[in-house]
Amino acid sequence: MKEKIMHGVFAIAALTSIFAVVLICVFLFASGVPAMQEVGFLKFLGGTSWKPTASNPQFGIFPMIIGSIYVTAGAIIVGVPFGVLTAVFMAFYCPKKLYRPLKSATELLAGIPSVVYGFFGLVVIVPMLREAFGREYGCKGQSILAASILLGLMILPTIIGVSESALRAVPQSYYEGATALGATHEEAIFRTVLPAAKSGVLAGVILGVGRAIGETMAVIMVAGNQPRVPESIFQGVRTLTGNIVMDMAYAEGLHREVLIATGVVLFVFILIINISFSVLKRRDPNAG
Amino acid sequence: MQAEIKSKRKRPLSLILKILVAAAALITFAALIFIIAYILINGIPYLKPSLFALEYNSENVSMLPSLINTIQMTVLALIIAVPLGVFTAIYLVEYAKKGSKLVEVIRMTAETLSGIPSIVYGLFGMLFFVQRLQMGLSLISGALTVAIMILPLVIRTTEEALISVPQMYREASFGLGAGKLRTVFRAVLPSAVPGILAGVILAIGRIVGETAALIYTAGTVAEIAVGSDFLLDSTRTLAVHMYILSSEGFHTGEAYATGVVLLIMVFVINALSNIAAKKIGVNK
Repeated sequence: MKEKIMHGVFAIAALTSIFAVVLICVFLFASGVPAMQEVGFLKFLGGTSWKPTASNPQFGIFPMIIGSIYVTAGAIIVGVPFGVLTAVFMAFYCPKKLYRPLKSATELLAGIPSVVYGFFGLVVIVPMLREAFGREYGCKGQSILAASILLGLMILPTIIGVSESALRAVPQSYYEGATALGATHEEAIFRTVLPAAKSGVLAGVILGVGRAIGETMAVIMVAGNQPRVPESIFQGVRTLTGNIVMDMAYAEGLHREVLIATGVVLFVFILIINISFSVLKRRDPNAG
Repeated sequence: MQAEIKSKRKRPLSLILKILVAAAALITFAALIFIIAYILINGIPYLKPSLFALEYNSENVSMLPSLINTIQMTVLALIIAVPLGVFTAIYLVEYAKKGSKLVEVIRMTAETLSGIPSIVYGLFGMLFFVQRLQMGLSLISGALTVAIMILPLVIRTTEEALISVPQMYREASFGLGAGKLRTVFRAVLPSAVPGILAGVILAIGRIVGETAALIYTAGTVAEIAVGSDFLLDSTRTLAVHMYILSSEGFHTGEAYATGVVLLIMVFVINALSNIAAKKIGVNK
């Protein structure tokens, strides 16, 4: 009897995560989709003008979609080379004595709250960029560049962790085979082991993209949040996440629902990223 | 991979690659040390006793209420998420039939949950707990929201811990005449505790660092939640406190000091999680 009851309890607990996902989808879509219809799908996704409080309000989130894409691409350009090379270092070069402390260091990097990153960006990266590019390019500091550098830093631990385990999962014989054919240590790593770990490394990058596109607090603090399509990386930009937080404090009525619709767009982006991640993971079960 | 057979040949291109790898690693770790050192050096001088006053006001911008709120929020979220997560993992590992459709769906949803950004959780919490269930901006709305957020982490780490318990333990327990339930709770779960603990501690780290999901669910009132209806009090956790201080821009020094306290908490949390994780190795 007791066995049966507890079996039921476990099964019900297991259903909560399904329940949670359904609930999240239902509530987000139920408040977001009608707002999209009211504004008009094309006007909402493709409109370049965001004037929520004007007498003739306009709710085009195209600048924010572009903003999120720019900032995420920037984070990838900054984060991926450093991340993958550091993973190679951790897997093939790191002296044994240094390994534990460095591994904990990357874990620490992952554990630092995003506000702390954002604050660091605000007091270090932003003034630095203003100093360096202010006169020449009119860079006010808070810019795509600042957000890209900061996000690149924030996704490092994800990329390092996943890439390292993908590299380690490549059979030792690949490396040995390459060296037997006369390759140097570096040639063996970069021409045989790294290509073999390709899909695992890619999975790490996709996971990093997911983190970067969903990051909110750190980005708001350094991106400037101007709702327009930027013309250079020295200009400020507003991301989808930033749009929600910047306006939510005072939004009412349709404006508020449009912000939730912005969340829906973000959610759909994340779902696409998640699906591509699991497809890759299925191809290479060692990754992630 | 510490290669046993290591190529000794040298070529110029290889040297360049080697320098690139070393430089990348150096820059990565230098950046980490710089961030931490910068916050600590600038923040520690601002750690004054007045920052730890029991009452918050705009004069002293005390962080103590936020610190206590953070603890309350964490405990409450764990009370909700840990049993759910552990039970889910027990179901997946010990009860469910291998390869059943349900298990696949549960895994998939847990993975989906772990990828959702915190701002989306914040919006959901606002729509569901705050508005639909009329809990208002409160400790309980915030705790429920972050509980869902950490659920996949608890499920995954518990699952891994349960899987790593040797099959022998279960067979021995059944052999001694114990039922399924007794086997799970007396033989399997105790040896999985360090692994579960490591996951729970990581979950604490996520709650402590959370901002976006809490602003729209728990609010920003910097007062310790007390009294019989403390669950319905609006609260401000430490990370939210730091966000508000730095976005207002009047209290940069205090924001640094809050950053120091947050960093120290992260240090401690990571160290504890590592210790717990090491315990698993001993058990094996």
